[in-house]
Order: sequence, then C-alpha cells, then structure tokens
Amino acid sequence: MAYSFDFSSINADNLVVLAEGMRISLQITVTAVVVGIVWGTLLAMMRLSSVKPLQWFAAGYVNTFRSIPLVMVLLWFFLIVPQLLQNLLHLSPNNDLRLTSAMVAFSLFEAAYYSEIIRAGIQSVSKGQVNAALALGMSYGQSMRLVILPQAFRNMIPLLLTQGIVLFQDTSLVYVSALADFFGQAYGIGERDGRIVELLLFAGAVYFVICFSASLLVRRFQKKGIS
Amino acid sequence: MNYHWNWDVFFQSAAKNQTYLDWLLAGALTTVFIGLAAWFIALALGDVLGVLRTVPSKLLSGIAAAYVEIFRNIPLLVQLFIWYFVMPDLLPFGDAIKQMNPVWQQYIAAILCLGTFTAARVCEQVRSGIISLPRGQKNAGLALGLTLPQTYRHVILPMAFRIIVPPLTSEFLNVFKNSAVASTIGLLELAAQGRQLVDYTAQPYESFIAVTLLYVLINIAVMALMRWIESRTSVPGYIGSK
Repeated sequence: MAYSFDFSSINADNLVVLAEGMRISLQITVTAVVVGIVWGTLLAMMRLSSVKPLQWFAAGYVNTFRSIPLVMVLLWFFLIVPQLLQNLLHLSPNNDLRLTSAMVAFSLFEAAYYSEIIRAGIQSVSKGQVNAALALGMSYGQSMRLVILPQAFRNMIPLLLTQGIVLFQDTSLVYVSALADFFGQAYGIGERDGRIVELLLFAGAVYFVICFSASLLVRRFQKKGIS
Repeated sequence: MNYHWNWDVFFQSAAKNQTYLDWLLAGALTTVFIGLAAWFIALALGDVLGVLRTVPSKLLSGIAAAYVEIFRNIPLLVQLFIWYFVMPDLLPFGDAIKQMNPVWQQYIAAILCLGTFTAARVCEQVRSGIISLPRGQKNAGLALGLTLPQTYRHVILPMAFRIIVPPLTSEFLNVFKNSAVASTIGLLELAAQGRQLVDYTAQPYESFIAVTLLYVLINIAVMALMRWIESRTSVPGYIGSK
C-alpha cells in the first residue's frame, strides 16, 4: 500500500510554533543540566564523605530516583510542585506551573544520575592526589575544590555531555502533562492537520540530527582530549 | 495542607467484582508482561547486532552501527509514537494491524518499540564485552582451526556473555522503567492504571505511592534474579566470582 506523503504542514507558520516548542525543550534541558550537575556534585560528595547520615541520605536519594520510571517522577512532580508553590507563595491556582514543575522534576531526577557519574569521576582520581593535598595542609573542602574536582571533571566531561543528550531526549516526556515542548507541538500540529505521520517523522528527524551531531562532537572532544 | 488520606480506597469496588487494587495489580502484570516480551526481543536482536559490530566486515559492522545510532538518538517517546501511528501506514502488512483490536495494536507497538530500542543498548554491551576479551583468545581459536563462526560460538561468546551480566542487569531494569512510556498511547500498564485511579478516586497520593512501590518491587525482583544468574555464571578467577 502506498501512503501519500504531504509535508505541506511543515510550513513557515508551523515552524515558528515548533521553534517555540524547541525553546521550551532546551530551557528544561539547560536548567536540568546545570542544577543536576551542581546538586549531583553535592550528592556525590555526601556519598563519599565520612559522615554516615549524609552517606545514607545520598544513597537513599540516588537509589530511589533510579528505581522509579521518569514518567512516574514527572507525574509526582506535576502533582506536588504546584500545590507546594501555591501554598508557599500564595499564588492563585490559575498560574501555569507546569514548566516550573518540569524543570524541578528533571533537575532533581537527573541529579541522581549525574551524582553517580561524578562519584565515579572522583573515585578515578588517584589516592596519592588526595594524600598529597592533605599533606600540604589543605582541608577536606580545599582538597576537593582545588585538587580533586578539577581533575575529576576533566575526566567526566564526555560522560556528562552524553547524559545531557539523553536528558534532552527525555524532555519529550513532558508530553504526559500536555506541556507544549517541541514534541508536543509537533504532535499537536499533526493531529490538527491530520498529518500525524509526517509530523512524527519530522520530529524524529530533528531529534536525530541534533542528538547525533552532538554525540559526534562529544566523541571528537573525547579523542582530542581537553587541554 | 489538609489532604484527606484514605487508604481504604484500594478496597472499594471499581467495576464489577473488581476493586481498585485489582486494577493496579492488572497494571503491574501488564508492565511485567511487556517488559519481559520486549527484553526477549532486545536480547535476541541485540546479541546479533553486537556480534555484527565486531566482525571483520565493514558492511555488516556498519549496518549494526547505523542501527545503534538511529535508535539511540531519537527519544523513546517519539519512537513509540512512530511505531503506533506511522508504521501501520507504511508497512506492507500495516492494514492487517489496523484491523486488529486497538488493545492489541497498543501491545504490539509498545513491545516492538521497547524491544528494538533496548536492542541498541544490548548491542553496545555485547560489543564492549567482546572487545574487552584479550585478542589472544580469538587468535587461539582461529589457530586451532576453528572457523570464525565457531570461534565466536565456542570461545568468544561464552566468555563475553558472562562478563556483561552486570551491565545487562541495568538494561533489564531499564526495560521495565521505560515501559511506563507506553501509558502515553493508552496502554493500561502500571503508570496508566495509577493515573486512571487518580481520575476515579481523587486520591492522588495513595495511588501514586502504591504505583511507585510496585515499580520498586519489580526492580527488586529483577535485581534478585540477575544476582542469582550472575553468581551461577561468574567466570572462576575473575573479580566478583566466588
């Protein structure tokens, strides 16, 4: 059977709408990468610290988030965050907090994954470096900040970027809250114009081009090394 | 916040002879079923692709590499929608699929999508298992007069598969977690039942807590199973073996 394609729905007007959706996808990605790495670093340091309660907290946090599907995490946050914020900031229930909820959810969720990458990175720095820093009279915080983390992050950059690409793909799941990210817009246009096939293939192609080029960049980065 | 907790909600009748708890358990069963079915496809396809990635043929390894790149660089949700909405229009036997019961269509799309998506990841694990073996093993096999397929069958793969059990465990866990995406096409698996429960009972916290716990339970079961397999298959003399 021959399906007759009609890509006329992908015109200038709709591309503006799609670009608007892409802006939301990227906004969530960038926020989650930045917050995720910062919070993930703290979690990794807690996990490796000698204070037992901190270790337990970090381990519990990471294992909990890693054993729940992202879809479930998103549903939880779309339920909790709006109620919490409305109560704390006395917002009217009419405010649309879905984007905020999505950003909070992705940040906290990704932090669990980032913290595992960062923990491995910290552990890959040789023990002699830590001892040398401590022998020089540095405190734990100083040795972390000045000696260990700079080396650890240099080793981890490819992995952190790859996780960023995965995260960008995962942002399409905000579909469960009907938030209009790139995928949501594409599907919406397809449904309206009766051209779901074309719009879905187009969305898939766009994601592929972005993620594939990004991963090629990461690979080149990895080969050349970061001087 | 004054939320009215009501845990008895699970025992209230939802439909004929069914409580809401039955709904949840049916959802959990569906999740387990599509997870296992997809894992079966992923292992079968991923193993073949992983081997192809390492054979000395540019064409074959290129095909496997292209497969991995395509399935890794398109979001799972988009892949699922393509399987569900696009494939019936493009595939030669698409008309037959369209005639089917809609629930079957959802199952087919979800299982094929998760299976082929996970196969790309299994492929990479198999490949890294194979290339982590010392070169001498393959050469020794060939020097003994084994053909290349025989070397794979008797020398390389028995070692490679045993080495990659731990990374495969996390992929196996991922299949069940990723299956929650199937709720977006209306498949009534665990996450979808949870949302349906919220709509019917207006008790979101109890529903989500129950669903979350069931996912954790599935996770624990899979981990226990894989630990057991790991201990049964560990290579004597390797780190982690007894």
